[in-house]
Amino acid sequence: MATWKRTRGFWGSVILAFAFFAVVEWLIASGMLNIFYVNTLFFMAINVMLAASLHLIIGITGQFSIGHAGFFAVGAYASAIMTMKLQLPFAVGVLTAGVAAMLAGLIIGVPSLRLKGDYLAIATLGFGEIVRIALLNIDYVGGASGMTVTHMTTWPWVFACLLVTLLVIANFTNSTHGRACISIREDEIAADAMGINTTYYKVAAFVIGAFFAGIAGALYAHHFYIIQPSNFGFLKSFDILIFVVLGGLGSLSGSVIAAVLLTIVSTFLQNYPETRMIIYSLVLIFVMLYRPTGLMGTKELSSLWKWRKTEGGVNHGGKNTVA
Amino acid sequence: MAAKTPLLKAENVGIQFGGLKALSGATMELHQGELIGLIGPNGAGKTTLFNLLTGVYVPTEGRIMLGGETLNGLPPYKITRKGISRTFQNIRLFGELSVLDNVKVAYHAHARHSMLSSIFRLPSHFRGEQEMEEKAIEFLNIFQLDSVKHEKAKNLPYGQQRRLEIARALAAQPKVLLLDEPAAGMNPQETKELMKLIAFIREWFALTILLIEHDMSLVMGICERIYVLDHGQLIAEGTPEQVRSNPKVIEAYLGEEVS
Ligand SMILES: Nc1ncnc2c1ncn2[C@@H]1O[C@H](COP(=O)(O)OP(=O)(O)O)[C@@H](O)[C@H]1O
Ligand SMILES: [Mg+2]
Repeated sequence: MATWKRTRGFWGSVILAFAFFAVVEWLIASGMLNIFYVNTLFFMAINVMLAASLHLIIGITGQFSIGHAGFFAVGAYASAIMTMKLQLPFAVGVLTAGVAAMLAGLIIGVPSLRLKGDYLAIATLGFGEIVRIALLNIDYVGGASGMTVTHMTTWPWVFACLLVTLLVIANFTNSTHGRACISIREDEIAADAMGINTTYYKVAAFVIGAFFAGIAGALYAHHFYIIQPSNFGFLKSFDILIFVVLGGLGSLSGSVIAAVLLTIVSTFLQNYPETRMIIYSLVLIFVMLYRPTGLMGTKELSSLWKWRKTEGGVNHGGKNTVA
Repeated sequence: MAAKTPLLKAENVGIQFGGLKALSGATMELHQGELIGLIGPNGAGKTTLFNLLTGVYVPTEGRIMLGGETLNGLPPYKITRKGISRTFQNIRLFGELSVLDNVKVAYHAHARHSMLSSIFRLPSHFRGEQEMEEKAIEFLNIFQLDSVKHEKAKNLPYGQQRRLEIARALAAQPKVLLLDEPAAGMNPQETKELMKLIAFIREWFALTILLIEHDMSLVMGICERIYVLDHGQLIAEGTPEQVRSNPKVIEAYLGEEVS
């Protein structure tokens, strides 16, 4: 009974998620959702995965990493090599993408997470650029002209990967391991003094985030027919960073909402890239002025709901503390 | 007394920051169950000694021992797990976390459920989290913080933040508890209650406590022995009566009392 109460919200969300899956699957199968909308939907899901994975690193653990497109690229190319060069099934490509990005995360994370603040930002920025320039110069993966990739990304794949990403990140965050990461964000010296192995958790968050960015890369590569190093430049890292900052540092639902909204905006402005950057900048300036903590602050959608229900109780608790 | 091996021991410990010798030749012994005071004027090096004992700084001279084990060079989180935990002079709570979660973080090292069990929501995750919750609430009850357990730590009034820091340090389940000016900023009534609380937790958890206090009169009542620091040197050690009448101590504190 108690277990049911505790997990009621969880099962409710699962049922909602599968209803959403079935409806979209039916819309696609019946041809009612044209290719433009399907593209937008897939791109939205990929962006949500990127946003959620970077949220774990920046929003939860407080490590300012700005080379996330590097992991996205590693995943895209690793999976394309598996399916296109080695003729292996898509599933192998997806898994390899995650693992390759994870290894990249480990290699870059272990030395650079000892650095603080600005240094970490510079190191991850450098990593993103190194990946892009390396791909540009490796003939095996097509250099500047990139690789052509067969279309293999389907709605069930996109949905499953998105669901797993969100579940893993939410479950990790809502556990003692997630609290350890948040304590590092809040005060690293105090976290250390309370017995938290700060390096371990910083690397763990970094590596899990890299893994899901890699998976997103595999979905991306097998949807858009061609991948080129120029898809994975600093501007892509910057886009992902905006999702996280705009959504509210520390809020998973905020990052998800920001990724969805900005994907819609940028899809409709696809043919006017200059206008797109101007609108992006204006949106950012607006948010910084009127909601400096982002759309959601550190709150989650679920807590907004709870807060409404217990508003009286919280105030009452506050009154008790005066005495 | 001399025959018993001390629980925590500092041998000629010191540290130099650039040209400044913040602390030198500090020798100190804490025995199981003792409540010891560490006093001295502002800037004497008290917090620096805490930072050395907890691994925030590595001593440039001397040796720190817990039981029979040398602690020099261990990172703070390992020293905490071996049994020394602390509070900070400038409160360092996890502001955005709830009061309850602040305590849970300190209990983390004692949690047995793995990262994978949490990600996949295995039974061991629920059992582990449940146990943490119960333990954390136990500590909050002792410190009368259970009524505010869902408040963000940063929203607590000052006195409660100080108490929460002690509760959090205890949740790490230390053998030795280091308290850095826990009464700073409290009014006389709050201070009196705090000192009672410290005496109580010492009995209840069979703790050994080292208490930094800037105000000499505070520690006189509850500590059995007192160390006095001035200008990075230990200038006196003894019972409250011995320390109070020590001319060196009176001299060190002369300029202080006026300000
Ligand atoms: N990290 C540091 N770098 C340089 N000087 C320091 C550092 N930490 C402490 N000090 C110096 O060491 C001396 C003792 O400081 P502290 O231990 O904080 O004194 P207390 O806690 O007794 O008031 C002060 O002069 C302080 O400026
Ligand atoms: Mg101090």
